[in-house]
Amino acid sequence: MSIDRDTVVRIARLSRIAMEEDALEPMAEELNGILAWVEQLGEVDTEGVEPMTGAIAATLPQRDDAAQAGTPTDDLLANAPEADDGFFVVPRVVE
Amino acid sequence: MSALTALTVAGARAGLAGRAFSARELVDAHIAAIEAERGLNAFVAETFDRARAGADAADARIAAGEARLLEGIPLAVKDLFCTRGVRSQACSKILSGFEPPYESTVTANLWAAGALMLGKTNMDEFAMGSANVTSAEGPVVNPWRREGDDKALVPGGSSGGSAAAVAARLCLGATGTDTGGSIRQPAAFCGIVGMKPTYGRCSRWGMIAFASSLDQAGPLTRTVEDAALMLQAMAGRDPKDSTSIDRPVPDYAASLTGDVRDLTIGVPAEYRMEGMPAEIEALWAEGVRWFREAGAKVVDVSLPLTRYALPTYYIVAPAEASSNLARYDGVRYGLRVDGDDPTEMYARTRAEGFGREVRRRILIGTYVLSAGYYDAYYLKAQKVRTLIARDFERAFESVDAVLTPTAPFAAFAIGEKMDDPIAMYLNDVFTVPASLAGLPAISVPAGLTGDGLPLGLHLIARPFDEPTLFRAAGVLESAAAFSQRPPAPGATP
Amino acid sequence: MSADGYRIRGRDGDWEIAVGLEVHAQVVSEAKLFSDAPTAFGAAPNSQVSLVDAAMPGMLPVINHECVAQAVRTGLALEAEINLTSVFDRKNYFYPDLPPGYQISQYSRPIVGRGHVVLDLEDGAQRSIGITRLHLEMDAGKSVHDRRADATCVDLNRAGVALMEIVSEPDIRSPEEAGLYLRKLRSILRTIGTCDGNMEQGSLRADVNVSVRRSGEELGTRCEIKNLNSVRFVMKAIEVEARRQVAVIESGGAVELETRLFDPERGETRSMRSKEEAHDYRYFPDPDLLPLTLDPAWVEELRAALPELPDARKARFMAEHGLSAYDAGVLVAARAIADLFDAAAAGRDAKRVANFIMGPLFGALNRAGIEVEDCPVPADALGALIDRVSDDTISHQSANTVIQAVVATGADVDAVIEEKGLRQVSDAGAIEALVERVIADNPDKVADYRAGRTKLMGWFVGQVMKASAGKANPRAVNEALRARLDG
Ligand SMILES: [Mg+2]
Ligand SMILES: [Zn+2]
Repeated sequence: MSIDRDTVVRIARLSRIAMEEDALEPMAEELNGILAWVEQLGEVDTEGVEPMTGAIAATLPQRDDAAQAGTPTDDLLANAPEADDGFFVVPRVVE
Repeated sequence: MSALTALTVAGARAGLAGRAFSARELVDAHIAAIEAERGLNAFVAETFDRARAGADAADARIAAGEARLLEGIPLAVKDLFCTRGVRSQACSKILSGFEPPYESTVTANLWAAGALMLGKTNMDEFAMGSANVTSAEGPVVNPWRREGDDKALVPGGSSGGSAAAVAARLCLGATGTDTGGSIRQPAAFCGIVGMKPTYGRCSRWGMIAFASSLDQAGPLTRTVEDAALMLQAMAGRDPKDSTSIDRPVPDYAASLTGDVRDLTIGVPAEYRMEGMPAEIEALWAEGVRWFREAGAKVVDVSLPLTRYALPTYYIVAPAEASSNLARYDGVRYGLRVDGDDPTEMYARTRAEGFGREVRRRILIGTYVLSAGYYDAYYLKAQKVRTLIARDFERAFESVDAVLTPTAPFAAFAIGEKMDDPIAMYLNDVFTVPASLAGLPAISVPAGLTGDGLPLGLHLIARPFDEPTLFRAAGVLESAAAFSQRPPAPGATP
Repeated sequence: MSADGYRIRGRDGDWEIAVGLEVHAQVVSEAKLFSDAPTAFGAAPNSQVSLVDAAMPGMLPVINHECVAQAVRTGLALEAEINLTSVFDRKNYFYPDLPPGYQISQYSRPIVGRGHVVLDLEDGAQRSIGITRLHLEMDAGKSVHDRRADATCVDLNRAGVALMEIVSEPDIRSPEEAGLYLRKLRSILRTIGTCDGNMEQGSLRADVNVSVRRSGEELGTRCEIKNLNSVRFVMKAIEVEARRQVAVIESGGAVELETRLFDPERGETRSMRSKEEAHDYRYFPDPDLLPLTLDPAWVEELRAALPELPDARKARFMAEHGLSAYDAGVLVAARAIADLFDAAAAGRDAKRVANFIMGPLFGALNRAGIEVEDCPVPADALGALIDRVSDDTISHQSANTVIQAVVATGADVDAVIEEKGLRQVSDAGAIEALVERVIADNPDKVADYRAGRTKLMGWFVGQVMKASAGKANPRAVNEALRARLDG
């Protein structure tokens, strides 16, 4: 499996990372280098092996259904690049 | 160097308790040291006023006989930990200006034990790196130099700022985080102790996530005992972290009995890596001899899948990171680069805000999770991970700890290994297996290279068997009697 | 008509439709699925948001036990498999109202597996609609597009609220069945209290998958119509979408797999996403959460504590009270009505109570524009009113007037009767006096009647009622007239 320029375009878009045209080929090459290296995992027989889902065996702890007041709106918005009257603001979504 | 900055945590505790000096004097000595060593670029934020105020309060508590475990002990905190009202940016441009309105559980635990924060330390951006060269704040300089060579060396990474600060005597200890070796490898490069506890032992709440199934907080200190004391305060069940484990925290320092006659230490042949410098091989053999002399049994063990750990890690960690870092979108905090619509705003913000290594790992992670590739890469890696964990389980049926080198080479010059990502990834080849299996592990400074750079030996133990890990590490530390120090302050550029 | 026979008449033959529903039901809980922020509806923007909901750096999810219990209760009520181990996955995509850049959902291992919902068709027949799965997931926030011309505003109050996504098999064969399915599902959720079912507030939203086929042929490509928030819209959207698909195919085109939006004003569906936006959600198990395991004994406790479900209640209404399947089905369709019937029927003629509910009460609710589920009439008021009719205190006619007043103002039954002077006259003496007066005033009609024009009885009754200003008991009037004219 090899990554080409178009694949880089696709995953960069999925990742929401803008890329200059002239950076696409070099990135494809870098990623291919890494992928070629990780593909040695193909040598390992994993027939019938369960994938690891957590680094420790334990049961999922659960929380009681008790609501606390939300974060004060001012605190919540304090780090926001743009806020307006209690809302976070983003460029207009065009559907 | 002031005598106060040369103390260990344990020594400082004794001195404070005996009123040999005040916490304020201790803090002031460290502040002076930091100011003198700004050239290391170890700190990205200094919180001296807060440390001084805390020291005064600590002195009052000590006077009142109410000293806690780390009362008045000045520490540094990796920039990956969220600290209330103090910059917490994972040394990434994308978190520019971020000051959280909350405190991570691990640091809150330290403050509750009386410790004081001197500042935040430099690190690889989002903990992605092994040389502290991916930081948006610039590289950290290792306080060590090769003999007869003034070239600035890397401190290792990603907890490079913490390691350099502890090695240069700028603080008595520091927090680090370890995803694939980010505490242990820089500790080895800087000639100090770095300890990664069992996954789930320290809360991840308030620690900026890199790879959730691997990230663990741990201490960087100058002695094994100090690491035990710091972990004592950091560890514990946190109901805010679903992967935090509900187990009592034992008295780690008490486990340092110096007696390993009942222990069996395993030496895995698979760690004998091609091209590894002979002096590292020799140090490893020395470690075996030290354990034998101390009365431990040393046996060969097999960890057959060792060589697949690093490629497994470089699928799992980027996959989780690609998702964990999706929240940096310029909407609620951090950097925003405007665009005509949210999609364009995101793409520009993230291109500008993330450094090259982070972008590369997000792309790899996105790729290995994407439709058509998930089974071949991500699922395959998680299955190999199961086998790697099984290797250790099997080994721990016959041994109590596994002894390996910490890293396949010593610190290198800033700028080396930069163009080949895989060469850089090899830094973590010995530390990654324990990370994948969630096991506790520690690096102890054990010797020097021919040109005078520190090397570490690495111990891995069973899940939650930190007491045995500390006990074995303590014996290793005594036997190695590593006493060399980096050049005196001011000697660095 | 029987939904079974639903067909779309094409140019050259009939088409059948196949519909599957994905219903998002907001879980009734105090706090959100993975955080402790409150879930109440209608709060000021960004006032019910925890650091976890806002995906602040380093924040971690911890699951709310009650949300798990609600999903299990719902699964049990749908007679579905409860999976004792389930896994939470991340569904990765970027949107301004999705702070972490992923939705925590369940993909390959949901908490609830196969189940079913039984529909009661109008002709008394039943149809079972398969449930494919139910999974737990977190809701997104709200993007407000109409607040500013130049920007979109984001409110995260809903972000992180627990949803149950309930997916049906494509077993539904008509818009009517889809309506019945949604109503039945809502009545089950309300009965067990796991979702308030309020569609206007978005507590229950449906995505509808529609495909068509010529009779006997394979199903065609489906289209998904997103986010329908009323039963009426669901039914209408299915109808127009199926007709659109038939028209596309008959004109030589092909239906494309896509997501569409229903425009209720124009009564049409239209394509929602530009095709260049390829979705690749990159699902993988959320490493911040371990697999969710359930104690089988706890599941059995929840099963034992479930209230009587609509199907069981229907069977009981039929067996205990001799109601028809249809009537019993109507009564249990809304929990509030079933509760009302149960309470009012105790110690009364159950059929009379059922008829009163389905007749005058539903009429009054309809007139007042109140959903049957929100019926404000307490059971004791309803019972009292039925008793007043039974004991001839008021007429059937007056009962309509009273129930309308009770529905509209919540007034007391007897107070309305007195205030509006509806108490009917049953006193024999008073009625006989009126009868005498009418007979005395109309000797010619009396002669005609006695000569054999017995149909005039109705006219006489009317005259007496009129003379009583409508208050006389009609039965008593009838008896008195018969006694006087026939005797
Ligand atoms: Mg590292
Ligand atoms: Zn959904």
